[in-house]
Amino acid sequence: MNQYETVFILNPVLSDDQVRETVGKLQSLLKDAGAKFINTENWGLRKLAYPIDKKKSGFYHLFEFKAPGESIAQYEVELQRDERVLRFLTISLDKYGIEYAEKRRAKVKNA
Amino acid sequence: MALNTLKSVAPKSKTPKSDIAMSTLESNAGNQSEIRYLQPIAIDNVLQDKYCRFKKYGIKHIDYKDADYLLRFVNDQGKILPRRLTGTSLKYQRKLGQAIKRARHIGLMPYVADNLK
Repeated sequence: MNQYETVFILNPVLSDDQVRETVGKLQSLLKDAGAKFINTENWGLRKLAYPIDKKKSGFYHLFEFKAPGESIAQYEVELQRDERVLRFLTISLDKYGIEYAEKRRAKVKNA
Repeated sequence: MALNTLKSVAPKSKTPKSDIAMSTLESNAGNQSEIRYLQPIAIDNVLQDKYCRFKKYGIKHIDYKDADYLLRFVNDQGKILPRRLTGTSLKYQRKLGQAIKRARHIGLMPYVADNLK
């Protein structure tokens, strides 16, 4: 089990329900693959630094989870297939990354 | 042959003259500048010591999500600054580059920009 984090951007034209549905779908997908969620964050609608697919903003979401390495490939394929996802980035965290993520979570909670 | 020699000699005889003229001019200027700069000009030449801020503050992980922080290591066009300017150690410059590229991919930082700062 490695610790991973994913940031993905959802299409800004989606309604709140659609956003929730997409996030829920991805979450359940990971859970089915044996992932344990540590934290999820909704950054809301943010402006992009440059247009992606001719869109200037998007809904940012962050997942932090522990998952077996084999499940990630399937999960990323799913992200690629989903047209509501503009872009995504999954990284595996090393020990310093995990340490940093813990500190960051505490900070976000307090704020 | 005679013509040739003349031709070849003529410029030679000319050049020393001009050389002398030039050298006198230069030496004058040189003297002046020497006098002027006998003492170092009072400019604050002491450079601030650069240091690797990641080493100094014990930052082990560079977060790509924190675009405001990464903005310090990039010029106003959005290019990654070389470590000879920022003083970052090689180890962390590599991680920094990685983090900036990740931030660009996920739309938190621009690939190209004008007047970023």
